[in-house]
Amino acid sequence: MADTRNITVTVNGEAHSREVETRLTLADFLRHELNLTGTHVGCEHGVCGACTVLVGGTSARACLMLAVQCEGQEVVTVESLAAGGKLNPLQQAFQDHHGLQCGFCTPGILMTLTEFLREYPDPSEAEVRTALTGNLCRCTGYQAIVAATLDAAKRMRGGA
Amino acid sequence: MKPAPFTYHDPRTVAEACDLLATHENARVLAGGQSLMPMMNFRVAMPDHLVDLNRVGELSYLRWEGEALCVGAMTRQRDLEFSPDVGRRCPLLREALAHVGHRQTRNRGTFGGSLCHLDPSAELVNVTALLGGTLHAASKRGTRDIAFADFAVGYMTTSLEPHELLAGVTLPLPGDGRGHAFVEFARRHGDFAIVACSALIGFDRGGRIADAAIALSGLAHAPVRPAAIEKSLRGEQPGAAAFKAAAAEAGKLDAMADAYVTTTYRQHLARVLTYRALELASARAGERANG
Ligand code: FES
Ligand code: FES
Repeated sequence: MADTRNITVTVNGEAHSREVETRLTLADFLRHELNLTGTHVGCEHGVCGACTVLVGGTSARACLMLAVQCEGQEVVTVESLAAGGKLNPLQQAFQDHHGLQCGFCTPGILMTLTEFLREYPDPSEAEVRTALTGNLCRCTGYQAIVAATLDAAKRMRGGA
Repeated sequence: MKPAPFTYHDPRTVAEACDLLATHENARVLAGGQSLMPMMNFRVAMPDHLVDLNRVGELSYLRWEGEALCVGAMTRQRDLEFSPDVGRRCPLLREALAHVGHRQTRNRGTFGGSLCHLDPSAELVNVTALLGGTLHAASKRGTRDIAFADFAVGYMTTSLEPHELLAGVTLPLPGDGRGHAFVEFARRHGDFAIVACSALIGFDRGGRIADAAIALSGLAHAPVRPAAIEKSLRGEQPGAAAFKAAAAEAGKLDAMADAYVTTTYRQHLARVLTYRALELASARAGERANG
């Protein structure tokens, strides 16, 4: 018999209750149970960073967490960023600087940088590059992502 | 589903966790999940019971006891990295942490999890070896202390019994005035190092080396403390000549080989990194002596 549990997880401000198998990863919970497919899965073993979301306010690999571990927790995914359908300053900067091509890595990168820019509102280029080491992008060569991040930081400091 | 089926347990206390480990066969302890979860997703690890320690609050702490730092097994790497006290009193640990994985994995990854996974190149394992840490194991039968030297018994194999869990670690702090260094070479930032070297150096009143400690990872299943090299540095004038001689000896230590990295290359890195670590540790010890 499958080992299951009832859990309630708050995702992007909304509480969701489900009965899930205990071996279900958080990434699959978001994608298959809640249909929040913005969180991507690339490697499913913690290497690529595509599945990065915020759990309890800090970034985490959703493929390396179980949904049951998020019982009672707040999870924030990429779907929350464009409130009211309008790109937030970080997303806008990515568009302006061509910080994405295929977009597969982008959700994870945006969530990583959402946490990072909170901690480093005025980062150096080196700090941005270090922050990005946990996210693989096969398209952009990172240059445009770094430029977008620095510009986003500037816009956010300006209160935009 | 990626992981094979298991029964999930989330105890709230160490006693409950120990009870679970005592009564269930083929149980694995889940800490931060940054190594075990990938192994379960690959089905390299297929425990029947998963004992998740993430809700055992008593395993997460950071305490200073005299000249030692006590770290709970479930203390997140991030909490150590961002602790101002750790930065001030044990900068070696912070320097090593900067090489551990990435921000997302350090947010979840724990000190104890890294020690128990025991990757041959893991930075936190290296630091524990250099400082001569003592590990505290808990089980239904009580607690026992394990010296680091007796903890790493084989390739990714610890001396913990199946019914035991790692509760915490005591790390003796380097004495006042010691210079420290942690250097490594990895293919990419955040990867496990091919070789890593950490060092501590203290000077005597005359400015000669009073004591030196070196830990090299990536040569064997656990970090190597080359006692003969450490001893040979004592009484020497710090500087290129002494460090070169010590580094040359480090380059002759036995080193493992695998499909990617040869013995010769690991020995080359051992020589280069030992030199760099000694030079940096010595410069910092000098700053402390003069400052
Ligand atoms: S899918 Fe989670 S890190 Fe790649
Ligand atoms: S935009 Fe294609 S992987 Fe990053």
